[in-house]
Amino acid sequence: MMTMRSLWHRAALRLALTLGAVLAFPAWAVNDLKGGPAVNQYNLHPPASAIAEDQQWLHNYMLVICTVIFIAVFGVMFYSIFKHRRSKGAKAANFHESTTVEIAWTIVPFIIVILMALPATRVVVAMKDTSSADLTVKVTGIQWKWGYDYLKGEGEGIGFVSTLDPVQREMSNAGKPEGDDYLLRVDNPLIVPVDKKVRLITTANDVIHAFYVPSLGVQETAIPGFVRDAWFRAEKIGSYYGQCSQLCGKEHSYMPIHVKVVSQADYTAWVDGKKKEAAAKADDPNKVWDLVGLQARGEAVYTANCQVCHQSNGKGGGAIKALDGSATVLDTDKTKQIHVLLNGQNGGAMPSWKQLSDTEIAAVVTYTKNHWSNATGQVVQPTDVAAARK
Amino acid sequence: MSAVIGTHGPVDAGGHAHDDHHDHDHGAPKGWKRWVYATNHKDIGTMYLVFAFTMFMVGGVLALMIRAELFQPGLQFINPQLFNQLTTMHGLIMVFGAIMPAFVGFANWMIPLQIGAPDMAFARMNNLSFWLLIPAAVMIVSSFFMPGGAPAAGWTLYAPLTLQMGPSMDAGIFALHILGASSIMGSINIIVTVLNMRAPGMTLMKMPLFAWTWLITAYLLIAVMPVLAGAITMTLTDRHFGTSFFNPAGGGDPVMYQHIFWFFGHPEVYIMILPAFGIISAIIPAFARKRLFGYTSMVYATASIAILSFIVWAHHMFTQGMPVTGQLFFMYATMLIAVPTGVKIFNWIATMWRGSMTFETPMLWAVGFIFVFTMGGFTGLILAMAPIDIQLHDTYYVVAHFHYVLVAGSLFAMFGGVYYWGPKWTGVMYIETRGKIHFWASLIFFNLTFFPMHFLGLAGMPRRYADYPIQFTDFNMIASIGAFGFGLSQVYFLFFVVIPMMRGQGAPAPQQPWEGAEGLEWEIPSPAPFHTFETPPRLNAAGTKILGYGAPGQADASAAGAHA
Repeated sequence: MMTMRSLWHRAALRLALTLGAVLAFPAWAVNDLKGGPAVNQYNLHPPASAIAEDQQWLHNYMLVICTVIFIAVFGVMFYSIFKHRRSKGAKAANFHESTTVEIAWTIVPFIIVILMALPATRVVVAMKDTSSADLTVKVTGIQWKWGYDYLKGEGEGIGFVSTLDPVQREMSNAGKPEGDDYLLRVDNPLIVPVDKKVRLITTANDVIHAFYVPSLGVQETAIPGFVRDAWFRAEKIGSYYGQCSQLCGKEHSYMPIHVKVVSQADYTAWVDGKKKEAAAKADDPNKVWDLVGLQARGEAVYTANCQVCHQSNGKGGGAIKALDGSATVLDTDKTKQIHVLLNGQNGGAMPSWKQLSDTEIAAVVTYTKNHWSNATGQVVQPTDVAAARK
Repeated sequence: MSAVIGTHGPVDAGGHAHDDHHDHDHGAPKGWKRWVYATNHKDIGTMYLVFAFTMFMVGGVLALMIRAELFQPGLQFINPQLFNQLTTMHGLIMVFGAIMPAFVGFANWMIPLQIGAPDMAFARMNNLSFWLLIPAAVMIVSSFFMPGGAPAAGWTLYAPLTLQMGPSMDAGIFALHILGASSIMGSINIIVTVLNMRAPGMTLMKMPLFAWTWLITAYLLIAVMPVLAGAITMTLTDRHFGTSFFNPAGGGDPVMYQHIFWFFGHPEVYIMILPAFGIISAIIPAFARKRLFGYTSMVYATASIAILSFIVWAHHMFTQGMPVTGQLFFMYATMLIAVPTGVKIFNWIATMWRGSMTFETPMLWAVGFIFVFTMGGFTGLILAMAPIDIQLHDTYYVVAHFHYVLVAGSLFAMFGGVYYWGPKWTGVMYIETRGKIHFWASLIFFNLTFFPMHFLGLAGMPRRYADYPIQFTDFNMIASIGAFGFGLSQVYFLFFVVIPMMRGQGAPAPQQPWEGAEGLEWEIPSPAPFHTFETPPRLNAAGTKILGYGAPGQADASAAGAHA
């Protein structure tokens, strides 16, 4: 008897300990994230654009109407439940139809629905008007990051990719999340000026993603092969956070959006900085390269653009011509191969690559002329390409 | 052996003295043949319900795995790929494996009994449509063990993500084809039965609403299941035969997939709720002891909802870059659905008004249904507003919304139906206390699970996320606790209500366990004999009572009308 009881006690103790361990979860040290979620937030984000404000107003308006209807309808139902029960001696009445009543409760909800739709219509029209934007940014969903390309307006030509901070991904895997911007911190936020209409053109590289920033009132899917657009005008300087909202595969939870709204002056400074960076990185078209440097550069260009068809062994296949041992490639007249790259060949089966820079074309031509069994020793300089373009 | 299995059949063997020239008098066949070769609508109905409940449990386990992972931020148990598989399969299994077959089970059992038909019109097709479910279910559940795991593209199977899936995607597509074929066969059966096999005097406008809602649902199914089949077939050929219907790399259009899918998917939503309306329309009058208010308007409201359901599909796509006119049209059309749905709610409440109500378990479920389903209706109205949807699309708000209409809607109605008709099926009364425990536990845990999801959605937590910012933690914890409570409530239901009833344990059910219930199903003994209405019954003017069997003046058959 005693042993039974002590066994039971021990089991109970163990159960309590396990339960305690499960329930005594770490008290997450977390604060509200400005522009992102607040702790236990139970309503929409504080709006940072006029559209988001309208959306919030509409939501409150709907909540009020629905609450009034809810109280009215269920007031009647619960009154009936408490009064018209048999235990209270209620006798069943015998009515079971009334055309007047039926018509009334068809028409009244219809009118209520119209009252709901009217203000919504105004917002829909405003929301969809993407015309006369100050800045146009192309947003590309990529598994699992965002590409931002500034297409038009101040900063035109800037482009970069924005990815989740890898430390955050590791914390997630380890099950040890930390920080107010957990899963929301990115390397390169999208930077836009305050009070300017920013038009977003969304598209994707692989599957459908969705660009969703609650505070700005924007959610637009990014669809591969198609472009869609949306807009926002941020009215307050600050950071606004969002996440990809369309299931896009394994790392769907890990492609956040960080929009950093800055003052006009800061924006201009940022654009200038970016431009200088880009200029520093850009190739000097007049630079004279040596063979080794060009080959290394050319290999990267080849892998990115040519390898899909011509294969890594340079043999091509089927309709795709081999580069290894090709007469054009081996020809001492280097303008022949440059001409093919710039203009294409065989009615576009070999497309034109004139969108590549002079340095890139020079590099890839040099690479093919000195790789596999090709050993011409020829070096094509960017200036040669520039000359051939004319 | 369960009571369902054991007690039909020779119950009324001595109940008829004439008709001895009929040599097809037999009870239930014995052994496995009874089930594999089943052509009896009651047996097939039972199999459908058992199948659906099994799948409900499987889908529930997947849901609990999801909620276990989401209990805290950070990944604890499940990697993100498996997480996506779980959300996908939870959706597919619950929609196609649990809710839809369960309603077909109800239809099989109740429609012939309610309209005075001896069986379903096509008994062998009925058998086939059930047995097709088994290979489909095996295929879909076993997809977890295929290379690359189960499909992980979400239950909506949006292209082009489906093109990145492993071989289990093909298994899933094939399973959906089979389930679709099964549904179409079931629907044909129901339509033909309702239109051709009603007892003399049972005019369409005297039919119980459950038969009406199912008739309309069956038309919806026949209209849209082929559309789904088309969409997933195109996905299949995109995956394997080099077509580019939805593959943008070849000039296909991923948005077209969504249009086709939701042209199926939105009517599908009503396919899963209209039969529930029928069940509620049977329960409320029975326990209010008062005829259903506005029968005619209920029929028209059901038909209006069905028709409107075809012109609202793109409200699932407000963020897909729809032009302004498209958004306005689909917003208005969607909001319009609130009108006939409202009419239904008002009619039920008017039925309760000045009734003489008692609150046995079926009535609790019915009132719970009205209360919680209406909340799902309100959030539906809010989501229908395109500008608000921009904030809430693909967030937990949507998850909350459709669980309010599917769990608190379809599922609660079905639970109500099980308690209401279960005594007729098994011949055993459930224990009232247990029914009430099941109801209150389910109601409380359901709201604990799904109500906080509204907050998460408003705060912008996207759905189908394996991990989330720490600010969302508390509401997720509450939801997870609620989910486990809800799951346990259903285990309680299985062990303390379903199994005892099927085993025949409990007080024998009288022919008419509910004093206020009307309809032909209450004019036959409990449990319902293996064969019913082999001789057409003669009905009273309202079509609710049996006056006798065969032509007037002819000697009546057994009281049960059974040749068993």
